[in-house]
Amino acid sequence: METVIGLTAIAVAILIGLGALGVGIGMGLLGGRFLEGAARQPELAPMLQTKMFLVVALLDAVAMIGVGIALYFAFANPFIGQLQNAL
Amino acid sequence: MASEGAHGGPQSSGDYIQHHLQNLQVCKADGEWVWNHCAGNPMTINVDSMFFSIVLGLVFVWMFGSVARRSSVGKPGKLQAFVEIIIDFIDTSVKDTFHGKSRLIAPLALTIFVWVFFMNLMDLIPVDWLPKVGALLGVPYLKVVPTTDVNITFGMSIAVFFLIIFYTVKNKGFGGFIAELTLHPIAPPTKGAGLIAAPFIIAFNFVLESVSLLAKPLSLSLRLFGNMFAGELIFILIAILGIWQLPLHFAWAVFHVLIVTLQAFIFMMLTVVYLSLASEEH
Repeated sequence: METVIGLTAIAVAILIGLGALGVGIGMGLLGGRFLEGAARQPELAPMLQTKMFLVVALLDAVAMIGVGIALYFAFANPFIGQLQNAL
Repeated sequence: MASEGAHGGPQSSGDYIQHHLQNLQVCKADGEWVWNHCAGNPMTINVDSMFFSIVLGLVFVWMFGSVARRSSVGKPGKLQAFVEIIIDFIDTSVKDTFHGKSRLIAPLALTIFVWVFFMNLMDLIPVDWLPKVGALLGVPYLKVVPTTDVNITFGMSIAVFFLIIFYTVKNKGFGGFIAELTLHPIAPPTKGAGLIAAPFIIAFNFVLESVSLLAKPLSLSLRLFGNMFAGELIFILIAILGIWQLPLHFAWAVFHVLIVTLQAFIFMMLTVVYLSLASEEH
């Protein structure tokens, strides 16, 4: 039982951490390109900003799905129920 | 816990969290309607999500309808100006993105955007207020944000999925729909020695394209659900902190307003983009 709980905790940490890592790098690249583009052509900045937010929300999606699953495992761990049924 | 304990005696923080993550459910067990003992029963209805989503939909229809009926050209009131801003924004977005001909897309986009926005906005109401009112009325569990319920988000995205298939078939024919699934992205050879490989290429195309087609409604719904569920859970976790919750609540709420609007906008834009791809003439 302790093994299951301990490994679940590590799994939750990996899910959230790796998601955040990937999204952080991606958003950093995206923001940098946006700033470069806006500096080159300031009149396009509002249009670029809209498109940037579109891509931000798409990037968020997979990270958030990971966070949702991780929080589900943190607070309503199905493995514990399975273990208790098996014992 | 520092300052809670209002739901009947001292309870642990784990119980508080579980209590706030539980929907008000009704299901049929052994032929009888039972409330809240529905774990594992697939024929369960989450009454609180249904109630809030229907009420918010009616609020949207009533608000926009009353503005439309009483609109004045010379002296618009503040509500009318606000509604006009939203409609103009949706109109511009749809015109820029949708490259087909359809009278359904703009009203659909408006409905999706405003309805999802209202449902997400319920997340900004402090965590305990509506459940406490509910407890006074004898309602044991109340989750007030419908979009934190997977059923609501999947319901909307499955409807969008059916619309995508309908628009594909309407604009390209049923043969065109099958062709799109089997002849992209690798065009199978149609003459000569390569004909042997054609069935394998078609099968490969079919696997790729069907995964891509199924990923659309799945990602639409899980994106909205994941963002809203994580936001609500963080509000609940901050509420456990006692007196320190106020500055943290404020900071997170300010950030969450951005996420609420952004997720509603993304759901709408992706719906329009998918329907535009489905209606594209080659």
